[in-house]
Formats: sequence, structure tokens, C-alpha cells
Amino acid sequence: MSSTTAETGPSPTPSRARAGKSPVAPALRRKHRRELRVALAFLSPWLIGFAIFFAYPLISTVYFSFMHYDGYNPPNFVGTKNWTYILTENPYFWTAMRNTLWLVVVMVTLRVIFGLGIGTLITKIKTGAGFFRTAFYLPYLAPPVAATIGFAFLLNPGTGPVNHLLGELGLPQPGWFNDPNWSKPSLVLLALWGIGDLMVIFMAALLDVPTEQYEAASLDGAGPFQRFRYVTLPNIMPIIMFAVVTGVIQTLQYYTQAMVAGQVASGTLSGSGQNYFPGYPGGSTWTVPQLVYNLGFQSNDDIGAACVVSLVLFVLAMAFTSLLMRRRAGLMGDD
Amino acid sequence: MSIAQPARRGRRTAAALAVAASLALTAAACTGQPNSGAQGSTGSTDKPVTITFWHGWSQPNELAAINANIAGFEKLHPNIKVNAVKAVSADTITQGMRATGANAPDVVSDFSTTDVGKFCSTGAWIDLNPLMEKDKIDPKTVFSPAMLSYTQYKGDQCSLPLLGDAYGLYYNVDMFKAAGIASPPKTYSELAADAVKLTKGDGSQQLGYMPLWDYYEQNTGYVGGQYNPTYFTADGKANLAADPTWPALFAWQKDLVGKLGGYTHLEKLRTGYGDEFAANAFDKGKVAMQLDGEWRVANLQQDKVSFNWATAPFPVPDDQAASYGRGFQTGTVIGINRNSQKQAAAWEFVKYMTTNTGALVTFANAIDNVPSTIAALKSPDLKLPSTFQTFLNVAKNPNSVTQPATPDGDGYVTILQNLGLDLQSGKQTDVMAGLKKADTDVDNSLAQAATN
Repeated sequence: MSSTTAETGPSPTPSRARAGKSPVAPALRRKHRRELRVALAFLSPWLIGFAIFFAYPLISTVYFSFMHYDGYNPPNFVGTKNWTYILTENPYFWTAMRNTLWLVVVMVTLRVIFGLGIGTLITKIKTGAGFFRTAFYLPYLAPPVAATIGFAFLLNPGTGPVNHLLGELGLPQPGWFNDPNWSKPSLVLLALWGIGDLMVIFMAALLDVPTEQYEAASLDGAGPFQRFRYVTLPNIMPIIMFAVVTGVIQTLQYYTQAMVAGQVASGTLSGSGQNYFPGYPGGSTWTVPQLVYNLGFQSNDDIGAACVVSLVLFVLAMAFTSLLMRRRAGLMGDD
Repeated sequence: MSIAQPARRGRRTAAALAVAASLALTAAACTGQPNSGAQGSTGSTDKPVTITFWHGWSQPNELAAINANIAGFEKLHPNIKVNAVKAVSADTITQGMRATGANAPDVVSDFSTTDVGKFCSTGAWIDLNPLMEKDKIDPKTVFSPAMLSYTQYKGDQCSLPLLGDAYGLYYNVDMFKAAGIASPPKTYSELAADAVKLTKGDGSQQLGYMPLWDYYEQNTGYVGGQYNPTYFTADGKANLAADPTWPALFAWQKDLVGKLGGYTHLEKLRTGYGDEFAANAFDKGKVAMQLDGEWRVANLQQDKVSFNWATAPFPVPDDQAASYGRGFQTGTVIGINRNSQKQAAAWEFVKYMTTNTGALVTFANAIDNVPSTIAALKSPDLKLPSTFQTFLNVAKNPNSVTQPATPDGDGYVTILQNLGLDLQSGKQTDVMAGLKKADTDVDNSLAQAATN
């Protein structure tokens, strides 16, 4: 109590004030330091993980982007040469960038719309909801490589059952994964088939919308579209933004399906004397992550250039996320 | 205070444990083992040396063959033990060469000859020339010129061939007879004429020859290689636009594509064919002639195809008819890791695997590959079918061709192939403009790889 009085009470004289403050302030600081140490200690597993698996790699990536580094010999400083090479000379960078951005715009948009649509339908139907929920969720559990091989088989232009059926119906038979104009739409189809993750998230969000808001809107004369526009959408907007942001980040890292589809559709396997070169057909499935891997670990062993592409990808992901979060703040009326 | 103390002590203890656990986890993740070995030693009776050998073979017959060779080596060199690691991919090899721990390989065999340029130029694999010189091995008399070419970069013989692949023409004898063709084509003009003659209707049932660049093994480098092009100038610059090969090759292919129904039609046929190894169009009797490697002999025998077939050297350009008999060559390469502490023992192993005639012949017989030394190619112990003789002859032919290694993983091969694909699809229509752009891209890629 005496210490509390000395801390908060008026100071009769300057000398007394100094005398009164002197023993208390260090004690408070010690307490704060102790608490900080304890907090840091408890946070240390995360802090160490963050430092090792995020901060250090990021700093290293920036460092190596200015180095010629093949992984066998010590790095040499080359200034902005790697950046110039990637942005102005590499014949694959802009192709990969265009393909990746195409996938980000088309695939993410369609996945969100499709996921929301399926989620809405399943929450509305009265009978068989369990069956449809399972049927739409199961494909999401399929391993990406197996699913892609399966799709490549089904969509084989010459021998696949899909084109056979289209032919029987007198409809055009696309080249799917073998046609540069159809390869990316085919990848989008594959992504829509595995919509289970978004469907479940949207279903949870839709079921969480207060029913009284729908009742009030109905009483005010709102039709189904107006109820969706003015009740459902505002309520699930955070979930939509979550789906878009995570979708953009995932699609910027799109690698496995594009690589497997290209390799299977090309009909060739990497064998003696040659490696499979990504992007079949005609560079249409080249994505930025494939370029990173190809530069750093396959043909070139050019880790410096691979780091440049990685940083471009990182900046792009940050820019997309930041833009979407700002947009979300506007939509939600957040500060 | 007396109550608060134990609680604080408890929190401190918990915090300390958390820190300790984090550090322990981190340390465990980063801990490596010290490298110990007998650098330069080939071992002794009481202290044998164990070397680690990475290879890509994975099929049971391949593993049996490579393990038999390893056993033969160990019998000959009882002081050297070989720890073989199977089914190692090219990407893993790259990572292995970057590693320096005790588990890094001492000897590596790689299916990708495109890796030779980078492993030589970076020094990841040691130059074997001094070792061969010391052991009085003259590579020029032991190995074929093409095989020596694809295993070195600018004189640095950082790898040696460990069996090889040779390419030739497979043709359906029954279809030839039915079309009234007596012998396989020897020039590109004959190939085109026979392709048209052998095509029935629109080619859906029977196509004479599939000329597209992305049809199985066929690509610009292998077919263009028959011209024996000069890929680079003396000062190392790309020479694609200046070499007459590429305009001639692309014109020949465009003409043939037109005669066989055009790109769109052929592309539809090509994409309708099955996988190269599971349902090859030649094996299925859909294509009458095909460029392929020597391994298809075994594939055709295993598939027990219902038609008669034969092999011949792949045709050559009309103005180089005298060079008929040559073919494209590539193959598996083997080298020694610069970081190996057991290079002397590793060299003994590489020497045995690449120059021992008995070992090479046994291995070639077992996995249906082309032996990689001149002596093994001539060995009477080779027990390969008569249709295989074409590929042995290609390998022996001093005019056979390959592609030079470059430090960017043979980036020019891919750039050239992509140009061929763009030209055949009509995405690129100006051949010379495409070749000049390809030259620029190749030079940029090489300059980037050479930045030091």
C-alpha cells in the first residue's frame, strides 16, 4: 500500500518525489521485463519457427536473387543481372506469368461461384442432402496426381470416353489437355470437380445466417434474389473473401496438376537422355512455380534466377491479398 | 508474495521447457554427421572402403543386372564395398551433388545427358581425364566419338558412358509389302514418299509416318541431327539461324505434314494414340514407320505384335546420302562426386563399370541397351536379337551424331524444339525470324549460366 501511495500521491518536494519514485519505477520495469521474458519464452516455439521457416528463407531469397548461385559453388554477386534476365530475357517467364494470372482470375472466380452455388443448393434440398454432400465432397479427397491422371485419361481426345460421348451426340470434340486453347479450361474443370472444400465452408456459412433476417426480408416483400443479395451475401462476405484470398494464394502456387496433366497428355515420359519439359501443349500449362523449380532444380541450376521468380510470386501474392483485404474492408464497412 | 512465488517459478519452468524444446527441435533439424572416409584410398583387407552409388534403374531385370555387375566388381576388388541406391531421379541427383554429408553419393549414374554440361562446368563431377591418363586408358580408342562427345564439356571429361541409346527407323514389313515398297527409305525424300504411299485414306487406320515434333521420341534435335548441324560457332555463340539445317528441316517437315493431311488432322491422330510405352502407335499397327531407340526391340518382342517388323538406320538428308548408316546417340552417363572423400575407390568402380567388356556385355544383354565401348560393341558374347544389329551399327558408326553439352542443361535443345512446335502449329510462320529469336534466347541462357 505504501508503495502505491508513493506512486500515485502528490509529491511534497522534488527531492521526496525522486526519493519516492526511485524504488518503485525499477520494480515496475523489472516486472514488465519479467512478463516480457515469460511471454517471449512462451512465444519462442512460434518465433523460432517463424524465423527459420519464413524470415530466414525470405531474406535468403532476396540475397540470392542478386547472386549467381548454382548450389555447387559459393555464390557470386552479380547485381541486378538475374532480375534483368528473368524480366527481359528469359523466354518462359512471361508465358508462365500469363498462364498463372489466367488461372488466378478464371479458376478462383469459378471455384468460388461454383462452391457457393453447390453449397446453396445442398442447404436447400430436403431429401438426399447427405448423399449429395458426400458426392461433392469425396473428389476433394482424391490425391491431386491420381485425380489429374484420371482426368487426362477421361479427356483423352482420341481414346477418352468424354470425347466418345460428345461424338455420339454430334457435339464438337475438344483437344482438352492436348490443345493449347483447351488445356487451362481443362485444369479449371479438374479444380471444379474437387470443389468439396469450398462447398463445406460455404454450407457452414450459409447455415449460420440468422433465419429471422430472411423472415424480416420476406415480410418486407423481398424475393429470392433480393434475399440472397441483401441478406445472404452480406452475412457470408467474410467467408467469400477468405475463399478468394486463399484461392488466389493457392493458385499462385499451382504446380502439381499442371505438371502431371502436361506430362501425361504429352504421352512421353522422361527417359534416357532427356527430361520432360514443362508446359505441354505449346507452353499453355507453364506456371510460375514450375518455372521456379525448373530454374533452380532441373535444367539450369540457376538458384539466383529462381529466387527472382519466387520474389515476384511473393510480391504478387502480397499485392493480391492486400488489394482483396482493402476491398473487403470497403465491402464490410470496416475501418 | 509467498503465494505468488511458486506460480512464477512454475511459469518460468514451463517457459524454460518451451525454449529448450524449441532449441532441441531446431538442433535436431539442423544436425548433420561429420564426413569421414578414406580419401584417395582403395581400402585394405582390414579396412575396406564403402562407396555409395546412386543409379536410376528400378525394374527387376535392370536391378538384377546392375547388382550382378556390382557383385562382379566387389569380387575383383574385395577391399571396396558398393552401397547401391536404386531409382534415383535426375532432380534428386542434382540435390545429391549439392549435399556434402556422409550420405552424399560418391558415384552417380544419370539418365539425363543434358546434365553433363552443368556437372562439368560447375565442377560438381571431377574431370576423369587425369585418372584415365594415369591408368593408360585412351578414351578415343575405347569409346565411340558420339558417346565421348555427350559425356564431356569443353574437354572436361567429367563423365563416361554407361551403356547407350541409339536411334533408328522401325518399319512394318507387312505394310511395306502391301504398298509395294521393297526396302526402307534411305533419304528424307524417300521417307516422305514412302510415308504418303503407306498412308491409307486419311491415316486414321494406317499412317505412313507421323512427322509431328512431339510424337514420342521424334523431336527437332534427333531428326535434325541427321544433318550433322553446327549448333555453336567457334566462340560459343548460337548458330541456329546461320546453319542451313534448320530451314531445310522445317521446310521438309512442313511439306510432309501438308501431304499427310495437315497439322490439325495429324495432331488429332497423334493425340489419339496411346502412351509411348503402354500403347505405342507403331506396336498397335497404326503407324508404318517410326523413329525410336533400341529399347523398342524388346518392347515389340514383349508385346508379341501380330505383324512382321524390321529396323534400319534412320534416313539422312538427300544431299548427305553417303552418310546413311549414321544415327542419333545418347545414353546413361556416370561420374564421380567432387565432394566424395573416396575418389580413388570411386574411380576403380567407374573404370570397371565403363570399360570392363564382360560387365558391359552382360549388362547390355540384360537390359537391351547398346554397349558403350568399341570392344563391347564387337563382342561375340552379345546376345541381342538380329533386329538389334541396326543399333549396334549406329553406335559403331564414326559419323553418328549427338548434341553438345552446355552449362545451362542444354537449353538450346528445348528452345529449338519449342520453335519446331510453334512452326508446325502455325503459331510462328517466319522460320528465319524464329531461328534468330532462338539464337538470342540461347545466347541469353548461356550468358546467364556463365555468369561468374
